[in-house]
Amino acid sequence: MSEQEKNTKEGEEKEPLMDIKEIEKETLLDEVTRISFDNWRLIQICATKVGEEQYEILYTFGKGYQWKNLRIHLKKGEAVSSITSVYEIAYLYENEIHDLYGIHIDMLNYDFGGKLFRTGVQYPFA
Amino acid sequence: MAFLPYVGMALKNLFSKPATESFPAGEREYTDRYRGHIENDIEKCILCGNCQRNCPSGAIKVSKADFTWEIHPFSCVQCSKCVEVCPVKCLSMVNSFTGIPSRSPARRRQRS
Amino acid sequence: MAVNNNAKKISVVPFGPQHPVLPEPIHLDLVLKDEKVVYALPSIGFVHRGLEKLVEKRDYEQFVLIAERTCGICSFGHGMGYVEAIEKIMNLDIPPRAKFLRTMWAELARMHNHLMWLGLQADAFGFESLFMECWRLREKVLDMLELTTGGRVIFSVNKVGGLRKDVTPEMLEQILHTIDDLEKECRVVTDTFLGDPDVLSRMKGVGVLTPGRAEELGCCGPFLRASGVKRDCRMLGYEAYGELKFEPIVSYDGDCYARCVVRIEELYQSMDLVRQCIAKMPGGDIDVKVKGNPNGEYMVRIEQPRGEALYYVKANGTRFLTRYRNRTPTYANIPGLIETIKGAELADVAMMILTIDPCISCTER
Repeated sequence: MSEQEKNTKEGEEKEPLMDIKEIEKETLLDEVTRISFDNWRLIQICATKVGEEQYEILYTFGKGYQWKNLRIHLKKGEAVSSITSVYEIAYLYENEIHDLYGIHIDMLNYDFGGKLFRTGVQYPFA
Repeated sequence: MAFLPYVGMALKNLFSKPATESFPAGEREYTDRYRGHIENDIEKCILCGNCQRNCPSGAIKVSKADFTWEIHPFSCVQCSKCVEVCPVKCLSMVNSFTGIPSRSPARRRQRS
Repeated sequence: MAVNNNAKKISVVPFGPQHPVLPEPIHLDLVLKDEKVVYALPSIGFVHRGLEKLVEKRDYEQFVLIAERTCGICSFGHGMGYVEAIEKIMNLDIPPRAKFLRTMWAELARMHNHLMWLGLQADAFGFESLFMECWRLREKVLDMLELTTGGRVIFSVNKVGGLRKDVTPEMLEQILHTIDDLEKECRVVTDTFLGDPDVLSRMKGVGVLTPGRAEELGCCGPFLRASGVKRDCRMLGYEAYGELKFEPIVSYDGDCYARCVVRIEELYQSMDLVRQCIAKMPGGDIDVKVKGNPNGEYMVRIEQPRGEALYYVKANGTRFLTRYRNRTPTYANIPGLIETIKGAELADVAMMILTIDPCISCTER
């Protein structure tokens, strides 16, 4: 019990549980191409809202039973380039991020134009 | 021939009783732990409001001024959280049918 | 002239969202050339409820109930994945009895899912009496679940820190008896699936997916294992799987028949795993006390009956979480589905959609 309380107090000094590499959004395509050369597959892409007008996008890749992650930080209104030129199946995840969060993604191979998820309110999670 | 096993099963089904119960004519037997609906033993209830605060769907309404305890049975998700947090253990999960929407208005209990 | 004739032969047929064979609404626009499908364009979003936004309104202990209600069939897996992520962030050590009970319930959920899938597959190619038979057998599994947890599809037994209900030894005896009876009756049904000439002519050689292409498209679950790739997330050893003996089940043809074989073998493997769990069940407590709030992030991978599911939880030290993300197996299998549909006859499209085991409520949360 005391070890658990210690862990919740020293939130910053705990060892990270996931293998995440923080990168700039300009180097995203380079990193992703390097990863795909090494035969990793794409598992998922997830967007999070971490504050007013601040977003993060997390990319997860896997090989066999191992996995690793990349993370980029964005402000509202910035655009990010799509990784569908390297992994063609990313279109589903990136269309969902655009429909729910309003983050603009360039150069998608299949762009549904905001119509993949039918929501009552535009960009409900933004 | 591979369809012979199924022919045996098909003939057995032809001559045995149906697998379904003709509800509401037949009895539906519930197990002991089945989560049906919530009942309140109102004489023991102290109207503390713990169940109202902990209900995730907001189905319970307690009014200390009018001595009433009310539950909307179709807002209840049968999670049993109210049963766990009640300090005097007057709430219980009963294993019978929740009710039909048009004929189950809010269940009110009033203390004497 | 040849160009004009080709242009006239292409037609676009909308499939769904209302269709007798689909359990949940999904829409596909099929581009046909002379009864053969050339391309399919998916369109989802009919059942979108925005469950992930409810993290702002319900604290992390109550959110288990929302996570469970994402889907009716895979519901135990969703609750278990979410709770495991929070327990890892808060560094809680749950007792071994809770781990074995969770494994037992997860395998019972896998059994009822595969029996349901077998019934729906039989219905898709018109064999209605086999469909009714599979669902009658599934009722026996649901009775076992009602006996131990109180609910048929939504169990509500997981909580942060362990379980809410314990199981008595008499219930475990009854589960063992029921599984023995069930296995004998299932043999008749699965022999029909594997041997009947009508079934074989509809399923063999239809919808082939090569292993290389399946890996590129990011498929998971029995859909992937039927193409020859040996990957099963239960081998990672979460909960009590590290102490049970089993191997992933693989088939090498990659067609609809191979997917059927993989699911049938997994059904019998689950019965064996439940027997192993009950034999090794330790005594003791079923929960630990939870204090404080979670702070940090973690991602859990578990093997749902339909494939590999991910649960990403991000917490910031308050009672409300920042983000909960659930990537379900059907979401990953949709590109694979579109690839297998290309080149198929229109009459086989309904059956091929069912071979990925679509759970659209999970996909759209």
